[in-house]
Amino acid sequence: MSLASVFEISAMGMSAQAIRLNTTASNMANANTSASSEAEAYRAKKPVFQAVQTAPFDQLSSNSKIGSKFGVMIEKIVDSQAPINKVYAPNDPQANAEGYVFHSNVNTVEEMADMISASRAFQMNAEVMNTTKSMMQRLLTLGK
Amino acid sequence: MTAISFENALGVHEMALHLRTKRSEVLANNLANADTPGFKARDFDFGQVLKKTMKISDESQLRRTHVNHMPMGSIQQSLDVPLAYRSPLQKSADGNTVDAQIESAQFAKNALDFGASFRFLNGKFSTLSKAITGK
Repeated sequence: MSLASVFEISAMGMSAQAIRLNTTASNMANANTSASSEAEAYRAKKPVFQAVQTAPFDQLSSNSKIGSKFGVMIEKIVDSQAPINKVYAPNDPQANAEGYVFHSNVNTVEEMADMISASRAFQMNAEVMNTTKSMMQRLLTLGK
Repeated sequence: MTAISFENALGVHEMALHLRTKRSEVLANNLANADTPGFKARDFDFGQVLKKTMKISDESQLRRTHVNHMPMGSIQQSLDVPLAYRSPLQKSADGNTVDAQIESAQFAKNALDFGASFRFLNGKFSTLSKAITGK
């Protein structure tokens, strides 16, 4: 039954989007953290999506379906390379010898947009799952 | 025509239902990869594939030398569905060609068409069961 693999594909999509939401939450929570050196400063975490494909997708054959898998996953989570904010604040307890504090490079506006995008994509995958569920339930009544 | 033959009785609808489930898989994969950089959206021409399989079904019958020989079974097990790439309406910076709106519209339409095929198939089964019980 190939409808069952739709569940798997959508679940992978939802899981990937959930990880994206997780990184957004982490970035937003750390948006105002500061450190006394550039290396210690918090850098925004960004997930990298990758398509999963364990069999050639050119021919969707019924025979080769056994064990083959499609979907999406998070390949890795990278640190944003945006410049770190260096602020002169000699009275700050975290200021270094020259009086500078290093703030995180999180762009809150970008994170908010990312959050909405991730939640919509999650919703879309859930919708696909729901539709597939009703298709399967309908299929079970075949011949009745 | 001998006794009730399921392949002949069910006609195109069994195959159509099978292809609808395949297509839902392809479209779900597109939607799951809506944010994957470089991913190319896939799909197949439903009408063309269905027409092709129907033609094969007619041609792949073996020669029968006795009236009691049964016609060859359904060939859908070895069915290959050639997948094509969807041509995007506009380019994206990361090379992804999934348009979530188009894909979800296609998915919804596919689910409705699945329902239609299902009703036809169900109708065929109720016809068969009427013929079997003779009522």
